[in-house]
Amino acid sequence: MGRVDHAEASSKFIEAKDHADFHDKRLWDLRKKRDVVSEAIPEWEQLRSLASAIKEHTLTHLGDYLEAFEKKATANGMVVHWARDAAEHNQIVLDILESHQATILVKSKSMLTDECEMRPFLENRGIEIVETDLGERIQQLDDEPPSHIVVPAVHKLRGDVAKVFARTIGTDPANSDIPYLAESQRRHTRPYYLKAQAAMTGANFAIAETGSFVVCTNEGNADLGVNLPPLHIASIGIEKLLPKIEHLGVFVRMLSRSALGSPITQITSHFRAPRPGAEMHVVLVDNGRSERLGMEDFWYSLKCIRCGACMNTCPVYRRSGGLSYGSTYSGPIGVIIDPTFNLRKYSSLPFASTLNGSCTSVCPVKINIHEQIYKWRQIIAERHQLPMVKKEAMRAAGKILSSPRLYRAAVEAAAAGIERLPRFMVYNPFNAWGRQREVPAAPASTFRQWYVKNRGGGR
Amino acid sequence: MSSRELILGRVRRNQPPWRELPSVPGFGRAPGDPLAAFGAALARMGGRMATAPAGESLDAFIRTVCPQARVVCSAVPEVAGTRAIASVAHPAELEDVDVGVVRAVFGVAETGSVWLSEREFVVNALGFLPQHLVVLLDPQAIVANLHDAYRDPGFHVARYSVFMTGPSATADIEGVLIRGAQGVRTLTVIPVAPAANEAVIQRRTS
Repeated sequence: MGRVDHAEASSKFIEAKDHADFHDKRLWDLRKKRDVVSEAIPEWEQLRSLASAIKEHTLTHLGDYLEAFEKKATANGMVVHWARDAAEHNQIVLDILESHQATILVKSKSMLTDECEMRPFLENRGIEIVETDLGERIQQLDDEPPSHIVVPAVHKLRGDVAKVFARTIGTDPANSDIPYLAESQRRHTRPYYLKAQAAMTGANFAIAETGSFVVCTNEGNADLGVNLPPLHIASIGIEKLLPKIEHLGVFVRMLSRSALGSPITQITSHFRAPRPGAEMHVVLVDNGRSERLGMEDFWYSLKCIRCGACMNTCPVYRRSGGLSYGSTYSGPIGVIIDPTFNLRKYSSLPFASTLNGSCTSVCPVKINIHEQIYKWRQIIAERHQLPMVKKEAMRAAGKILSSPRLYRAAVEAAAAGIERLPRFMVYNPFNAWGRQREVPAAPASTFRQWYVKNRGGGR
Repeated sequence: MSSRELILGRVRRNQPPWRELPSVPGFGRAPGDPLAAFGAALARMGGRMATAPAGESLDAFIRTVCPQARVVCSAVPEVAGTRAIASVAHPAELEDVDVGVVRAVFGVAETGSVWLSEREFVVNALGFLPQHLVVLLDPQAIVANLHDAYRDPGFHVARYSVFMTGPSATADIEGVLIRGAQGVRTLTVIPVAPAANEAVIQRRTS
């Protein structure tokens, strides 16, 4: 597997200026909406502390809660499966579908199934999968992974969607009216709910006390799916557990407020048992989570409820697009999760951050995201996974910054340099700061020169 | 070793040191006028509240709320509609329904949500496959917030239950909000006490 080059991929994203500008604006708008609704709740900070503590408690007792969930869910009439990795997850889902002669699967959005790369696996074995979430469907039809965990096609503009739909579901290529595009998807998708033999969802929360799980959606697609065909399969990461129903109050109040700035999703569904005559299967998936639980600095990332607030606020994510991270999980949360899957492949991601800490301050479960990013950088540097340019630049910077004499000489030379150097010396591939921006004009004197002149003394 | 044993073994080996489970306070702030608070929250989520004029039957009122409706499928005794939910053998038969009518168990003032389970839907797809949904809600059955809502004993017995908050919606293309994504296009709440009021009030206060 090749390494993801985040900087290189981002430069392609930035080239499409209209797209990049809109992307930045749209995500910042979500961040502002989040601020408005969270500030309207006086106990917001208390809810964050509670959510963090409930998650930490659950993760430190995860074995017991998983067994309690399994016992209850089984008693309720669900079938519980355990998958150690993506391959086993995909095989379990295929086996369930084949034993029901199911060939059409209506599926609501699940990052876990994307993580497991389930769709190509099942499609290669004759299963037709219809992603029913609008954004996820756009991405499926365009043969592209989602670029954001909550709004999968946020990097596309209406004209892009019009092209994809014209090519795949027969809409008018000249019509990029958004209500028309959404209505077309509604009409295209609805018949599938009636003819599919199986439905699939992920889960936002799983409750040990009752053996139930919760799915939060807006479009009605998940509930249309699970209430028509007689078979419902839910893939659930083992970190989704919560002890009791009463804890849902804390998390449901914060999830959609953090994600989209709405007080709750349009539909919040609770599944405790299959309806009479139907089957409900739950696949509990590990895929690296139990290993991450043992990583002293990084197990906190398992608290994540996948709201995407850290992505919306991140200046690097907003200006580089989710696809540039080369993983299901992008933005700050991806930066700290992805290296646990493959350190070498994702070694550039912890550098896709300004370490401004904004991600940490909006996180509803108080994950110390920016601190984890810094820790990953240390690990990557220690294991010699730094790219050559960054390593050489840092080595030179380290030498200069540790010597006052060298530092002064460098600052004076740089100021002179910016004025006098030809453009190609400043704006070249070795100076990352010279890309996509003009280096500001140097002041007439350095701070030290100014200080010596105006305040006297000096050494 | 089975995957179950392998995962549980690894989880137990790797679990960080014990952390305590905090207790969750109620954050109770009952709104002065729960119905008005509920209605305002519902409107923010794209739903609407409509009160039937005195003397008008609910059947007639639903015709004015959804004037284009031909097929009205009712799961409540107060509304006859054109099709009784009891006659529906398979959920796919609801495909041509214009308006579904259900009664919520309770509402949530904080969010404008109504809570419904398989008992209220009778056929769960009634909440999603019709083009429009009309929800009857007892104005006495409104809780302040989601903490209160999750204390309802229904979560321990319902096979399937939902908070529905306005109609289905999407903003997946350029953030432009579309009300009426794939589920119902509109959701109208009619505040009206059930004919046999006692049972519900008892349930809410027990």
